[in-house]
Amino acid sequence: MPSYIFRRLLLIIPTVFFALSFLFFLFFALPGDPVNLIAGGADRAPNPITLQQIEERYGFDDPLPVQFANYWERTVKWDLGESYLNRRSVNDILGDKAVNSLRLAIWAILIEIVVGIAVGLVSAIRRYSMADRMTTIVTAGASAIPVFVLGFILQYGFAVVPNLNDWPEWARLRTSRLGPDSWAFFFIPTGEQWRYLILPAVTLASVSTALAARMTRGSMLEVLRADYMRTARAKGLRERQVVARHGLRNAMLPVITLIGIDFGTVIGAAVLTETVFSWPGLGSEIADSVVGRDLPVALGLTLAVVVAYSFINLLVDLSYAWFDPRIRLGSGEAA
Amino acid sequence: MTAIGHAGPDTALEAAEPGGELTDVAAARPLRKDVWRRFKRNRLAMVGLVLIVLLVLTAVFASVIAPYTITQRFSGEFRAGPSADHWFGTDLIGRDVFSRVVYGARVSLKIGIAATAIALVIGLALGAVAGFFGGPLESLIMRLTDIFLAIPYIVLAVAIAALLGRSENTVIIVLGFTGWLGICRIVRSSFLSLKQLEYVEAATALGYSKWRIMFRHILPNALQPIIVYGTIAVGSVILSEAALSFLGVGPQDPTPAWGLMVSDGKSQLPVAPHLLFFPGLAIFTTVLAFVFVGDGLRDALDPKLK
Repeated sequence: MPSYIFRRLLLIIPTVFFALSFLFFLFFALPGDPVNLIAGGADRAPNPITLQQIEERYGFDDPLPVQFANYWERTVKWDLGESYLNRRSVNDILGDKAVNSLRLAIWAILIEIVVGIAVGLVSAIRRYSMADRMTTIVTAGASAIPVFVLGFILQYGFAVVPNLNDWPEWARLRTSRLGPDSWAFFFIPTGEQWRYLILPAVTLASVSTALAARMTRGSMLEVLRADYMRTARAKGLRERQVVARHGLRNAMLPVITLIGIDFGTVIGAAVLTETVFSWPGLGSEIADSVVGRDLPVALGLTLAVVVAYSFINLLVDLSYAWFDPRIRLGSGEAA
Repeated sequence: MTAIGHAGPDTALEAAEPGGELTDVAAARPLRKDVWRRFKRNRLAMVGLVLIVLLVLTAVFASVIAPYTITQRFSGEFRAGPSADHWFGTDLIGRDVFSRVVYGARVSLKIGIAATAIALVIGLALGAVAGFFGGPLESLIMRLTDIFLAIPYIVLAVAIAALLGRSENTVIIVLGFTGWLGICRIVRSSFLSLKQLEYVEAATALGYSKWRIMFRHILPNALQPIIVYGTIAVGSVILSEAALSFLGVGPQDPTPAWGLMVSDGKSQLPVAPHLLFFPGLAIFTTVLAFVFVGDGLRDALDPKLK
């Protein structure tokens, strides 16, 4: 087991290196001159002396391989550079945005776990019931609606309509921005914060919750037919115990995988949700910086997302062995 | 299996006519009938199928169905709500939204099918090679998919789109070249298990080339998950196209891409929700149809799952 973890950790290094290097060259191939960008924008005609100074200062006059080597030399020391647009340190930007992303992600995942698993479970136990049919249709619908359309519909229904019709204050949610940014225990909204959090969290959770519900249902249906379920009933356990202790625990493995991977991708995948609700997170910052050719920001934030994703993936794989002791990781040479 | 030496059920059926191998036909025809019978029983899948047929008809006969062209402007009727003249209302610069949504079916189907085809070809080729040959080649391909999986998809898509400029073809390339990861993994695992079966051994003993065994013997038997995945993928490609349009890296106006229309309508949400609603509904219905058909196909192809 320790050697398995070690090998997996070593594998993360080339994955991150090649992924980021690929993006480095891809971004360099993008049209638009960063020197002009730093000097004040593509549509102006900056002083040539300024341009030259910028070239020297940022090392744009070096050949590409040298720039590439310099980039990695800095990155390994976790110096992510500074934004071309506003000179802010990328490390600082990362710190700010990652916190917001993480809070949104935590709530989306909580919704996914609670709602997704509960709905899937009920759906499997009461198979072919009205509730089950509804689940099938609603989950398919949730995965077919574009995230941003859902976001706008929620905005319209819970914020625009209440405001136009003078609903009581407590029934109005906010559509935009972070809000007062007040939290307890890092992720629990305090004061008015929940009004700003709830719509983006639900929007971000929608697709993954639908997937989790479908997967729980499918996996649970399979488990319900297993012999050990019959045995558990035969030895006189109550149905609730049979389902909870013998059924759910065994059915959870694929669902855990899904949720784990979701946690890895939700930070990057939140681009659309963050854009719709102007939530200042990593996703929209990355998208903006790629569109705006702000290389250091794009690469730095992507690096953080890629590293986080790789580690979460590893944790998911490790959790298999914990949930199902029959699985022995790295048994190839250990056993 | 029955179809050894044939490309699959299709050729087996064609061979039925004069002097075909009767054993093939006997096994192949009921299988297809069976699948269709099970598929027909699935109400949601049939709804999806009808919707897809309607969508294809809309795309083909767009010029007949749409009352106006996609660029025709009606002065004085900016962002007007739905009416008898303009069923879905008019947009910001007075164009008929219904006509644009109808023509948008062409854009979505073209992008959905073309990008899925590219993704399937790449995923199939790499997955088949990885699963069949194994060894360092497999490691290389699987590391490659790991690397691409690690890059947030949207970053890659936005970057490539920025590189190639905004157009329908760019979107096809972006989604085609970023969509093969899932199919590659599926094909690889099918090939891993199928290559150990007896008929592959038999084909090897007969001296067939590796490529022939891969694509004429193993592939037809690995098609089921690919068909299901491919069907659902068309839907998700259409969703992704909408997302790219929304982020400002999709096709450009006046292309009637649904995602672009939603994106253009977003600033008008409080005053003209119809600008967002109708193209949004079109995306939703289309994607849902492909999901229903994909699910129905999976259940019909593999009754064990039911």
